Formats: sequence, structure tokens, C-alpha cells
Amino acid sequence: MKKKYLVIIYSIAIFVFVVLYLSLNKNNVYTTQENIGKKISVIQLDYFDKPGEFNIQEISNFNFTLLNFWASWCGPCRKEHKYLVELSSNSNLKIIGVNFKDDKKNAMEFLKEMGNPFFILTKDPEGKKSVNFGIYGIPETILINKDLKILKKYVGPLSTKDVREIQRIVKK
Amino acid sequence: MLSSFGITVSTISLLLSLSLLYLSYYDLKLSNNKISKKIYKFAFSQILFTFLSFITLIIAYVISDFSLINVYENSHTTKPLFYKISGAWGNHEGSLLLWINILVLFSFLFLILNKDKNKNFKLYTIIFQNLLISSFLIFLLTNSNPFSLLYPTPTEGMGLNPILQDPALAIHPPLLYLGFVGSSIYFSIALAALITKVDSKSLALTIKPWVSVSWTFQTLGILVGSIWAYYELGWGGFWFWDPVENSSLMPWFLMTALLHSVLVLERRIGLYSWVIILSILTFTMSVVGTFLVRSGILNSVHTFANDPSRGLFILSFLALMVFSSIFIFFKHAPVENKNYKIFSKESFILINNWFMVFFLAVVLIGTLYPVFLDTLTGQKISVGPPYYNFILAPFLLPLLFLMTSGPKHKWISSNVIGIFNIALFTSIILFFLIFLSIKEGGLLLLLILLFSMYLITQTTFDFYETFKNKNINLSRIISHFGFGLLILSISLNQIFSVEKSFNVRLGDEKNFQNYTIKFNNLETFSKNNFKSVKGHFEIIDKKKITSQNLTPEIRVYNKPETITYEASINTKLFSDTYLTMSNISNTDVFNIKFQKKPFMNFIWFSVLLISFGGILQFSRFEKRA
Amino acid sequence: MRILSFIIIQLFIITISYGNESKTYEILKNLRCLVCQGQTISDSNSDFALTIKEVVTEKVNEGLSRKEIYYFLSDKYGDWILFNTPLKKNSYFLWFMPYILFILGGAILYIVIKKRTEKIK
Repeated sequence: MKKKYLVIIYSIAIFVFVVLYLSLNKNNVYTTQENIGKKISVIQLDYFDKPGEFNIQEISNFNFTLLNFWASWCGPCRKEHKYLVELSSNSNLKIIGVNFKDDKKNAMEFLKEMGNPFFILTKDPEGKKSVNFGIYGIPETILINKDLKILKKYVGPLSTKDVREIQRIVKK
Repeated sequence: MLSSFGITVSTISLLLSLSLLYLSYYDLKLSNNKISKKIYKFAFSQILFTFLSFITLIIAYVISDFSLINVYENSHTTKPLFYKISGAWGNHEGSLLLWINILVLFSFLFLILNKDKNKNFKLYTIIFQNLLISSFLIFLLTNSNPFSLLYPTPTEGMGLNPILQDPALAIHPPLLYLGFVGSSIYFSIALAALITKVDSKSLALTIKPWVSVSWTFQTLGILVGSIWAYYELGWGGFWFWDPVENSSLMPWFLMTALLHSVLVLERRIGLYSWVIILSILTFTMSVVGTFLVRSGILNSVHTFANDPSRGLFILSFLALMVFSSIFIFFKHAPVENKNYKIFSKESFILINNWFMVFFLAVVLIGTLYPVFLDTLTGQKISVGPPYYNFILAPFLLPLLFLMTSGPKHKWISSNVIGIFNIALFTSIILFFLIFLSIKEGGLLLLLILLFSMYLITQTTFDFYETFKNKNINLSRIISHFGFGLLILSISLNQIFSVEKSFNVRLGDEKNFQNYTIKFNNLETFSKNNFKSVKGHFEIIDKKKITSQNLTPEIRVYNKPETITYEASINTKLFSDTYLTMSNISNTDVFNIKFQKKPFMNFIWFSVLLISFGGILQFSRFEKRA
Repeated sequence: MRILSFIIIQLFIITISYGNESKTYEILKNLRCLVCQGQTISDSNSDFALTIKEVVTEKVNEGLSRKEIYYFLSDKYGDWILFNTPLKKNSYFLWFMPYILFILGGAILYIVIKKRTEKIK
């Protein structure tokens, strides 16, 4: 009887310690990776420098779309911009920019200085529409296919590795 | 200089601890009745050197010796002296040194205060306590050394996070550590008692004062932490069910259970194993809490800088501690006396333990479940205040009721005292008076109000009886009264809180309910370590025709660069007015949050009362001994 | 009669507007701010929190129910954003284990007390 209890208690304790040990090496920074595989919502985005709205459903005309949320005030956006310019030369991929909570003049200056990789440029001055894409801080970049399904979600600035990954997926 | 001195002193105290282990083990085999004088001498040097290492660290902070990495990372020359000193334990390494100091302090006090106890029982306690001390000293010296040298020596430090520069937070860690690190001593005593087969009465008498002391400090530590959160974080709340807060609450539940069951053990022979299990669990939970807080596996409001190697050490230590305690327990498990009868009062104390262990289980599950789920399945969920409130609140009703009626039962066979007594009658009348002024509030909340009032009135009547009958336990009455008042104040605070936020520009005037808020002025100024934007608001209560000026601030500190939102709080006896302000980026619009927080003073006061009961309990014990 | 109906309508309007507001606060208190360690959206002053506050206020005013709003946000940000853990397959243990433990503890206690009190009689 005593032995049975001992075995039960020891096994529970070992289980708890193993899980806690495994949890030590886990990264606990939360990112919205759960969105991968989901379809994007039906949203109308305002054009950046002309009246009217862009219906996000229209991207089903393109093979692949990269949706990039950026702003001129965001330091990391500046860092990743050269990668966007690099990717914009890929004919299989269209980059759509969403200018996030930004001042129009500053944003235009930013593009003038760094280059404009965006096939279509829209804006979200209050940041509320971006909520529909699960955006919680910029830069964030979403790779979407023809069926409007999210293939990849990058939180934070793109890296060389991310760019290679995007190119690999898009080539297929 | 201080670096090598500190390391030397800590190493000496490690060596002393190891020698104490050896000496105590050697002394076990000797046939003399008294513990050898040598052990006392070594224990005295041990406490001397451990204190010295802590004082060395404090001196390094006071003179801003940036050749110590720890001082460089957490201090700054322009910091006020008070925060230079408290900065010494405001970080992982320094607070670990404080941890060790308290382990040593309790070990030393145990040795000198229990002169006439069974020799081997004492020696085993010293052995277990020094196993803890030396493990933590090894951890300190190898992994988290506060005396590590930085070369070349920087001329200026990085500064202490401004939200930690607060008097409440300066005394919070020492209080809390006296509480839960203090529980180490009854962990050691319990294991020693198992091995040496000490009888239940002397076990009870030995651990009781330590339980009261640690429980009192734990209560005070939690209180001070809440006060800090309320005044400094600027969110208007005082308890967030955050993992770090939960870590301090978990040992508290067990200490409370222990505090009650020791009362049984002291008078009668029952519950021997149970008290031992509780003692072991209390310190285990303290270490679990330390692990959770410092390993960085949880997302918490109160972040310590995290490092997995620390987590690994504490986890290995914890595993070793748990497995060996279980082993010792089963090897030496006492044979319970099967022939003893449980009296009604004992049943009530066991019911108290049942509730406390349940509360512990809820908090433990809520804190750990997201970690387990994430590790095992990769799914991420959050567990927050709604979970704890939903599960725990209904159980307050029977708890409050039992706290009222339980203690009225006699030790030996008792008549059930009429439930419908004068106290209940009074509380129902009081309840209806309050009910008339409440227009909302769910059934559960109202019932909690009623039951807490019943507890308050009953304990008040009991208090009057203590004048007639000196045998009544005053500390119980005060603590229970405090608990009733706490639950009552929290419920009323919930019901009567007002919260409203606006977006305003300078010069705006907003009206809502009975209040008018005017944004009169905006002032910017800079002090030596921060720049501040201060809003001047006038709040007019149209019902009472009073007005008050509140000045919330947004501060931008430069060392280290941090933005803090300073709440402006106007405290009155019954109600606090709480105003915070934040700016909306790239605009001249400010978001202000107005809150009315009633009965905050009562919440603080009632927790003070609860801990005061613990102090009385201790002094009662001292008199008897 | 007309006065009465006017009063009722007035009362109704007041409760609706009041209800909307407290509903918003209640929802915001149950949301986790993703960019600030463990803080609620309601308590946070971060940019993200301010945006979510506005979005929730809008949705409440549009007449969406609590459930719909929680669903919307968890669809976009995952269940991580919900502090009031939804009852799902992955949280059965979390929600039911405390009750099971409570009953289990009670049963053990009952047996112990019963055994011990009968022995001597």
C-alpha cells in the first residue's frame, strides 16, 4: 500500500518536473502564428494618396501577395525596407503596403528616400482596420496566396532568412 | 576591492555552512546530551559572515561602486540614498543574497532559542537548514554572483527602474522573504522530527512560533506589495492575479492551514503526519514560487530579468528537495494513533485546511496550466482574474460562515450553538441598510456581503466576551474580524467603484453622472532624472458640491529610459479618487481615466488587522513558554 | 399615461447607454494586452491597447454581443488575448479540476472524520 502511494507520487512529481524543464527552453514571447492557414477577412482599405477604397479580396487576382504594415516613425521598418524593395522585383509576388497610424507627409518622404516597393499602397491612419489582420505592432508582414489563405506571418522586421523563405514559396 | 571582499566573505560563509553540516553530523554520534559548543561558535560566525556579505553589497550600492556589475546595472549616482540601499535587493542577485541571509538568520535563531530541546532533533534541523543554505550559496557564487567584477569600471550606472523606486517596494522583499523563506525552518524541523520521531506536542510547540512569525510577515509582505501596485502602477487595482502575486499567495494558504492545524497538534496527538506534510509543502511552494518568478517561464507584470540557467538551477534544487522529502517521509512515516477521536472543533480546523488546500490548488492550476498546455501541445491560452473570481468567489460563502461558527465550538464535545443568534440578526439588519443603497450587484456578491457582515458582528461580540473570559483567543478574533472586514471592503469596493475614461484636449470639460472634470492646465518640467508632463484637472462632485484638484503625470525617465504614468490619487477616509493620464501618439489628445475607489483604506487596514492577530498569537506563545 | 411611457423610455435609454459603457469596460478588463507583460487592455496605456479600446467601443455600439466581440478578437489574435479562458477541449482540465479536487478533498475529510468519531463510541 505504502509502495503504491510512493510510486504514484513519484510519477506525478517526475511528470511535473519534466514539463517544467521543457518549458524552460521555450520562447514565451507571444506571436500571432495561429493565424497561419486562416483566410483573411473581407476588408476595405483606403488608398494612400487617392480617394476610394481597395477591396482586399481583389488580391485573389495575384498569385501571391505580401501585405506589409509599416510607418515612417517605426525604426525597424526602415531596416527591413530594402528587403521589400528586393522582393518587389519578383513578378510572381505583389506587395501591398498598409501605412499604419502615420503622417502622410512623413510617409511620402520615407518612400522618396528609401524607394517604393508597393504595388498598391493603402493607409490605416487610426490603426483600427489592421486589427482585422491581427496586427499588434509594426512592422508585420503577411504572405497570402491566391485563395486568400495566410501562408506566413512575420512579426517584426524581415530578415534575410525570411526573404529567402518568401522567395522559395513564391517560386513554386 | 569590494568585489573580492564580498566574494571572499560569501565563500567563507559557504565553508562555515559546510563545516556546520559536518560538525552536526559528527555530533549526532556523540553520546553527550548537549550540542557541542563548537556548533554554536560556528553558527555565530556563519551569521556574522553572511550578514557581512550583505552589508558589503549595501555599501557597494551606497558608495556607487560600479566595479560590481550588479551595482552598475541597477544603480546610479543621482539616486536618493534610500533607493541606493533598497536597490541592493531590487534585483535577482541581491535579493538572492537576502534570501540566504534570512535562511541563516532563522537557522541561527532556531539554534539559540531552543536550548532545551532534544539534541538530535535540533542537530537534524540544523543539518537540513544548512543543506538549503549551502545549496543557495553555491547557486549565488556560481551563477548569480552579486559581487561579479566589471572591468573597466564604468563611471556611471544604468539606474534602477523608476517604478521600483518606491518606499513600499523597498520594504516589500524583506517582509515577504521573512515570510516565505522563513518557512524553511519548519521544513527542516518537520524532516528532523520525522527522523528523530519527536512526539507531537513538542513538534507543535517547536514549529508554532515560526509559523506565526512567517505567516505574519507573509501577510504584511503581500499587503505592502498590493499597496505598491495600487499607488505605483497606476491601474487602480490592488490585486491582478498575476503569476508573481500568485506565487506569494500560494505559501500563504499553506501557512494559514498550518497555523490552524498546529493548534490541534499542540493539544492533542492527532494530525501529526498532516502537519509534517503541510510544513514540507509550504517551503516547497515557496521555492516553486521563486522558480516561477525567476525562471522567466511565465508572462508576468512584474518581470525579473530572466535567464534559463537560473531556472535550471532552482528546478534541479526543487526536484532534489521534493524527491528527498518524499523519500524521508515514506521511510520514516509515523504510525498514526488510530484510537483518537476527532472533536467538533478539530473537524472545523480540518475543514479550514480543506479550503486552504483547495484555494492553493486553484491558484496553482491557474498559474501553471497555461505553461503545461503550451509545453505539451503548443497551444497558448491565458488565465486571468475572471477565472479566479469565478472559481473562488462562491467558496467564500461557506468559508466565511465556518469562520464565524467554527471557533465557537468547544474542544471537547460541544453543543451546536444556535445559528440564529443575535449576531446574525444584527448583520441581517446591517445588510439591509447597505442593500437599500445598492442598486446593482449580483446575488453572489450580496450574499458575500451578508456573510462577511455576519463574521464581523460575531467577532465583535466575541471581542466583548474576552473582557469577561480571559481564555478566549484574542488573536483569532482579530484576524477573523480583519478577514471579514477585508472581504466586506473588497465587495463594497467592487460594487461602488466608478470608472470612466475620456479623450480630452486642454481646456475641455466633461460631464458624467454627478461629476464634472475640467482640464485646466498642462505643465511640462524636468527634474534631474526625468522629464514630466503634468495635467491639472479639477473634479467637481455636483451632488456633494465639492471640488478637488488632481495632477496625473507622464514621466519620461532617462536612466534607464522608461515612461511611467503617475496616478494622482486623492485619498479620503471612505473613498479614493484616482486619475491617470496618457497621451495618444502624434496628437494633442490625452486619454484620461477617472476612477472612484471606495474603501481602499479599509482594505489596507483589514489586512493589517489580520497580521496583527499573528503578532498577538506569537506574544501569547512567548508568555506561555 | 404619456408621462409614464416617457419616463419608462427615458429610463430605458439611460440603462442602455449605461449598459453599453459598463459592457465595454467589462470586456476590456477581460482582454490581455499582447505587447505588455500580462497587463489587461483596460489597464494599459500602450498604443495597441488604445486601438483595441476604440475597436471594442465601436463594436459594442454597433450592438455586437460580448460573445461576438470575444470571438472576433480571439479569431484575430488567438485565445491568448482572452483573460476569461473560454471553455474548450483544451481548458476542461483547468475549469473542472478545481471542483473535482474540492469534492475529493471533502470525501477524504468526511471519511476521516467519520472513522475517527465512530471508533470510540
